[in-house]
Amino acid sequence: MRALATAVALRQVTGGAAVRVSAGILIVITIAALLGPSLSSHDYFSMNLAERFEPPTLENARFFGTDDLGRDLFVRTMSGTRVTLLVAIVASFVSLVLGVAYGAVAGYAGGKVDAFMMRIVDALYALPFIFLVILLMVAFERNFLLIFVAIGAINWLDMARIVRGQTLSLKEREFVAAARLIGVPPVVIVFRHIVPNLLGVVVVYITLTIPQAILVESFLSFLGLGIQEPQTSLGALVNGGVSQMERAPWLLLIPATLLAVMLMSFNFLGDGLRDALDPRLKAR
Amino acid sequence: MLRFALLRILSAIPTLCLVVVLAFLMVHAAPGGPFDDERVLPPENARNLAAAYHLDESLPRQFARYVSGLLKGDLGPSYHYRDHSVSELIGAAFPLSLQLGLLSMAVALAVGVSAGVLAALRRNTISDRLITGMAMTGISVPVFVVAPLFVLVFAVELRWLPASWSGDASGRRFLLPVVALALPQIAYITRLTRASMVETLSSDYVRTARAQGLSLFSIVRFHALKPALLPVVSYLGPAIAAVLTGAVVVEIVFGVPGLGQLFVRSALNRDYTLVLGVVVFYAALIVILNLTVDLLYGFLDPRTRNP
Repeated sequence: MRALATAVALRQVTGGAAVRVSAGILIVITIAALLGPSLSSHDYFSMNLAERFEPPTLENARFFGTDDLGRDLFVRTMSGTRVTLLVAIVASFVSLVLGVAYGAVAGYAGGKVDAFMMRIVDALYALPFIFLVILLMVAFERNFLLIFVAIGAINWLDMARIVRGQTLSLKEREFVAAARLIGVPPVVIVFRHIVPNLLGVVVVYITLTIPQAILVESFLSFLGLGIQEPQTSLGALVNGGVSQMERAPWLLLIPATLLAVMLMSFNFLGDGLRDALDPRLKAR
Repeated sequence: MLRFALLRILSAIPTLCLVVVLAFLMVHAAPGGPFDDERVLPPENARNLAAAYHLDESLPRQFARYVSGLLKGDLGPSYHYRDHSVSELIGAAFPLSLQLGLLSMAVALAVGVSAGVLAALRRNTISDRLITGMAMTGISVPVFVVAPLFVLVFAVELRWLPASWSGDASGRRFLLPVVALALPQIAYITRLTRASMVETLSSDYVRTARAQGLSLFSIVRFHALKPALLPVVSYLGPAIAAVLTGAVVVEIVFGVPGLGQLFVRSALNRDYTLVLGVVVFYAALIVILNLTVDLLYGFLDPRTRNP
């Protein structure tokens, strides 16, 4: 089923121009973020007060100019993109592990266990997570690990619901019944037989989770509560650009545009993949 | 209906309790106290300070004190603004945020619903593509990108409007913050309205109405609009939460002295009681508004009353 779903998805998806363009943009941005900093002769933290506020130019490889401390904006933007992508991918992975495990167990257990587990999810849905995350950032030292866990914890609820729904229908299938008949323990059935069959759906939802994680990370960094100096991320760069926009608008425009383009590409890609996998969801 | 309402109200209480417990524990599990500044206090003063704010008591006793204060509407003293209580500070900042939020929601509903209906009626034409494309852009571009760009374009470059809140006393100062806050919601509401309007317009009773010769306008106005708006009503809950979060950014960027700005300042100052108080306040607000939306939905759509 997974192979078929993937094949259908691939064929339908590659037909959509928006999806292909988005995927292309994301690949280019990822490669630039990975390689950009090491190709430039500048680094992301060295200050140079003699070269503050230099507008973008090809001279001396100042493609994006310099900021208020004379740091190279091209390298800072690329390493900021790297941090943003890293946080988003790891956080999405956290939500994937939590959501898939929780949803698959609830769906397979069924009955009262399922009802109880889903009630908990409903209760957590009503929590104002973003404010609790801000509280967490205030109370504890802001480190990468905490940001990963906090953002992952926000997004696992949707994943748990989707995975549970899929598990409910998968567990009625013959191969699961066969496994049960020959005495395979429930834990093994869930993780060896059901979870691998969920991956098609999960991959699609991950492409929709990543932009949400990017959004949360940038939001926190924008408020000065996320990634801390001298490390940077796109949200932190936008924040820095806001305070300098009258003097050096490129400090705001470049990171803001890049962030918007990335989010848009992820959303188009995720939407396209979802429509290809399950046309019934198209309208939503 | 009464039974449904009672059940719904009862189910909101555990959520609120959970928020209070979680938030309280987070603040009190934090390493270091609220008065650990760079300057070291003499032990005598530190003890007095701890005693004055009841920090020398055990955690359960502090929690009991906090909850009993909470029930009376007292959120404790602020550590940073020493002359003010948390309730006073919230009370002073909230009305402005409320105005901002209500105005944005009104704009978002008016524009979003109109654009969605228009796109549904002109399905698969250029105007439909244009509207859906813009909606997708609006969803993707976060408030903290839109708001600074607005300032850059309309205040710094074109000089049409004041860049900051304090620069202008007239109602014009609401314009940029409200629009920036409303844009993502306009986008979501447009998409929702379009999708459900398309579905409603393809239903049998609309076909019958058309067959009887009713004009498109009266079909939309008197038959299709109400059922098509149900998904929008159920989106109002998440929308309110999103507007509250967005207001934090908008108030920072435009310098609006509202609750969001107070929240971020207190977070950066590590004013624990104030942060805790604002989180509890936001949580209560979100839970109560969600409850209202649910009850409204139950009132509008009788099918959801007996789950």
